[in-house]
Amino acid sequence: MATLHTRSAARLMIAPSVLLLLAWMIVPLAMTIYFSFLRYNLLMPGMEEFAGFSNYSYFLTDPAFFQALFNTLAIVLGVLFITVVGGIALALLLDQPMFGQGIVRILVIAPFLIMPTVAALVWKNMFMNPVNGLFAWVAKLFGLQPFDFLANAPLMSVIIIVAWQWLPFATLILLTALQSLDEEQKEAAQMDGASAWSRFIYLVLPHLSRAITVVILIQTIFLLSVFAEILVTTNGGPGTQSTNLTFLVYAQALLQFDVGGASAGGIIAVILANIVAFFLMRMIGKTLEA
Amino acid sequence: MARNVSTRRKIVVTVVAWTIGILIFFPILWTFLTSFKTEAEAIASPPSLFFFDWTTENYHEVQSRSNYFLHFMNSVVVSFGSTLIGLIIAIPSAWAMAFSPTKRTKDVLMWMLSTKMMPSVGVLVPMYLLFRNTGLLDTRTGLVIVLTLINLPIIIWMLYTYFKEIPGEILEAARMDGASLSKEIIYVLTPMAIPGIASTLLLNIILAWNEAFWTLNLSAAKAAPLTAFIASYSSPEGLFYAKLSAASTMAIAPILILGWFSQKQLVRGLTFGAVK
Repeated sequence: MATLHTRSAARLMIAPSVLLLLAWMIVPLAMTIYFSFLRYNLLMPGMEEFAGFSNYSYFLTDPAFFQALFNTLAIVLGVLFITVVGGIALALLLDQPMFGQGIVRILVIAPFLIMPTVAALVWKNMFMNPVNGLFAWVAKLFGLQPFDFLANAPLMSVIIIVAWQWLPFATLILLTALQSLDEEQKEAAQMDGASAWSRFIYLVLPHLSRAITVVILIQTIFLLSVFAEILVTTNGGPGTQSTNLTFLVYAQALLQFDVGGASAGGIIAVILANIVAFFLMRMIGKTLEA
Repeated sequence: MARNVSTRRKIVVTVVAWTIGILIFFPILWTFLTSFKTEAEAIASPPSLFFFDWTTENYHEVQSRSNYFLHFMNSVVVSFGSTLIGLIIAIPSAWAMAFSPTKRTKDVLMWMLSTKMMPSVGVLVPMYLLFRNTGLLDTRTGLVIVLTLINLPIIIWMLYTYFKEIPGEILEAARMDGASLSKEIIYVLTPMAIPGIASTLLLNIILAWNEAFWTLNLSAAKAAPLTAFIASYSSPEGLFYAKLSAASTMAIAPILILGWFSQKQLVRGLTFGAVK
């Protein structure tokens, strides 16, 4: 069927996407690499000069970099832990027969559809604010001192907000996977006298492994570059306590106008993301093939 | 007896699930309710859930103070524009890869997906400078271009998984029956492809509407979509909870409704067809 004619037509149809994505991959990235070797500040135009690796050594020895690296990992791992464990629990719950299942599902999915800036500002002001927030009111109700979340536990607050947004995603995907589990298999295991726990460990969990892997992969891609939630809640602070790599590079570029330094930071972020992606793809390749 | 136990169990599950569901949804419900309060009531202690003087004042206020409608339209233009352009570019590609695959098709698809793994911040500096030098900074056109590019891999992947499910034999059967190419496209292919294209459109509008890295960094007053406009509430003056809530409610309502209608497609699209 696939004659020479249709094959070249197919190539023609694929070309625009490939060329666009290729350009999108190469042009800005090449510019970032080029800038990363320059001493280049937007406040001093015309003063650009070759700087060798000094931008990199400056960025890599900056204490803020290690803090940001730690925070990036904390956000990714923290949110992954909450959403995967919570998502499995919620999916198991929603898979049970109940009244109004459709409506509960709609309620649970909702946070995922909220834009990050709205989610973060609502949590920051109406819940976590130590004076007017709902949490403060609840604390006072029990005679406790209101806790200033964003000042005293900025990173944890960011993790909570982001986890709230991603929990529905994990739940929805795990629930979909759960519903494709063969009902007869479950019944057979039950007949054979398997306890609920061993049914979960030996039947349900292996069935979910593929979906869990997919959840981890997709969330990691997005969680490595959490930005809006940090920008509108803590602005990276206090100090750099809630600054992640994305935010650090942003601050270097658009607040300090240090093009060279920010570019070096950007390249470091790309390299780190690639390392993570490499291990992730290997892990996922194994699960998806099985 | 067994029936009795299972009914009781069902009731317990229902109560637990509804409680958790409402807790998870509560921040959104609270935002919605607060948007109808006065600023004083919005921070009143103890807070009132339903029993307050409902007012739509905040909605008028948000519009008159900050030209809310402009930002709303920016969101509409940017999300629909980037999605439609993305579809126009992606449909032929996905079609070709699904129906005349070569040995390299899988590699091309994986490569496209891998472009999503590049962190946006890696190209923030050059994009900002390119936009500044070409006058694209703070324009709808600029945002449409960037959002088209970042979502193109997802659009292609989604379409590919849908097109893959259209049986090729049906095309051959139509050809046997003497259908011309144009008839084949109009009567056979289009009706079978439309559901997949529609789901892709829907999901991508949701993603583009909520995109909050490039919209925050590449737009200011003029072209700011709702993501960036709402962010301006992070440095408030005076009482603003009710107004923030009104602005937020209008920003999230359309997408919430779209999303609820497309739950199934959401899973499929977001996992690139790996979970159906």
